[in-house]
Amino acid sequence: MTASEVLAEATPATLIEASGVSFSYGRQQVLEDVDLRVRAGEFVALVGPNGSGKSTLLRVLLGSLAPTSGSVRLFGEPPSRFADRARVGYVPQRPVLDSEVPATVEEIVTAGRLARRGWWRPLQREDHVQVGHALASVGLAELAKRPLNELSGGQQQRAFIARAFAGEPDLLVLDEPIAGVDAESQRRFRDSLTHLIEEHGAGVLLVSHELSAVAQDLDRVVVLKRRIVFDGPAAQLAASGVSLGVHPEDLPLWLEELG
Amino acid sequence: MPWPIDALPYPFELGFMQRALVAGVVVGVFAPMIGTFVVQKRMSLIGDGIGHLAFAGVGAGLVAGVSPIWAALVVAIAGALGIEWLRSRRSASGDLALALFFYSGIAAGVVLVSLAGGFGASILTFLFGQPLTVNDQEIATIVGLGAVIVAAMLALRRGLFAVVTDEDWSRVAGLPVGLLNTVLAVIVAASVVAAMRIVGLLLVAAIMVLPVASGQLLARSFRGTLWWSVAIGVASVIAGLAASRLWGLAPGGTIVLIAAGVFVVVALVKRATIPKLQAEGAGL
Repeated sequence: MTASEVLAEATPATLIEASGVSFSYGRQQVLEDVDLRVRAGEFVALVGPNGSGKSTLLRVLLGSLAPTSGSVRLFGEPPSRFADRARVGYVPQRPVLDSEVPATVEEIVTAGRLARRGWWRPLQREDHVQVGHALASVGLAELAKRPLNELSGGQQQRAFIARAFAGEPDLLVLDEPIAGVDAESQRRFRDSLTHLIEEHGAGVLLVSHELSAVAQDLDRVVVLKRRIVFDGPAAQLAASGVSLGVHPEDLPLWLEELG
Repeated sequence: MPWPIDALPYPFELGFMQRALVAGVVVGVFAPMIGTFVVQKRMSLIGDGIGHLAFAGVGAGLVAGVSPIWAALVVAIAGALGIEWLRSRRSASGDLALALFFYSGIAAGVVLVSLAGGFGASILTFLFGQPLTVNDQEIATIVGLGAVIVAAMLALRRGLFAVVTDEDWSRVAGLPVGLLNTVLAVIVAASVVAAMRIVGLLLVAAIMVLPVASGQLLARSFRGTLWWSVAIGVASVIAGLAASRLWGLAPGGTIVLIAAGVFVVVALVKRATIPKLQAEGAGL
């Protein structure tokens, strides 16, 4: 075994990787030469002010948008060719909360199994077991039969996190999942993420302004302002005098401080 | 089929009423079933838009001398695919896409029907429905299309649920969003055509959507809404046919009015009981 092979074996697998990614909407450049990598077992937060390109970067990483230049790899493959979608769990920023037709928490979470087992296949016992685990891990087992629109904002968000968990993802991508939710939901949220990382070795990429709940658990914080202006341990960011639990409107200020 | 079947009582003891009952009940099952997904997708009016297009198909069939039902099916499916294509490309909003097809469809229908010799009684049966005159061949068409629609809905329900509830998430999860939306559009088109002889093209969207409006008030789950909607759809058809026989009313319109009446009653009862339910909920 060569030295590079030994090194490769010791290094956790890269789950998602952006190299020199730029993106423009027409003439407006939104992302500039962005490098970002999340490995298995890593908990990475992506922060930046409104309009910094976070949502665009997520869409590029997940393959919804093609970069103007640079490349993206999902589990080593270009997103357009990546077929094993169950490996990616996704919690969108604004899920449908004002659903026309009532849907129970369990129905929403069960949808999370579709990518894993094939959307056309009937449910198996294993699927029900995983849905049960996912519900329990976010503390919603007792509310499984309740319509989603009767739940609080924080509980609804946990249901969408459980939907992502139900697919047993190796990479979890969350877009502003805890904005404005209560302290109990934030605690549950933190517990379920650390469980996924520690027990299942999954990688997590969290886009959020509200990092105070998970600040102690983060491996890295990445600050985006069209380009990456900081990528390092949370402690290093904190040592720069910048609080992690900042308000969105404060972000430009502390980004100035980061230089 | 030898009509009438002896076992059925008044007002369904006559052959023409029994044929209407069979065709109507089939429509009462599949139309609200697909309507549940359409309402969740916030495209409640798609049935109306496709109904207008199907009218152009009826006209084209009459001009070309082919079966108006099959011509309507072809045009309705083509139109449904067009609406879905416009919606998915976001080159027109869902509403605007529907409006484009609505008016083009009805205008083309009017021109084609006038070319074919004008608005006779047979045209009115397509526009306003006339279940009391369905023949065995039409029943076979309705039952056949209905069976395909129900089988497709049951087979695809989980994927369709995910897509109509959260399209962005479904795309990231690798579900074939485009395919499922297209299949849904085709099923809606097939439903419109299969239901048009019963409630008419102008009211076909009503039998898809009104039972769902009641069902979503009564149920506390998507699955529950679907089955409540089917139950209300079937009940509205049976009650509507019976009322039309008893009082000599237009059956298509009567069925829809009953479905609308059920919604009013359910909404009022729900409104009256919500404070009570909330009080109980607070005590939990």
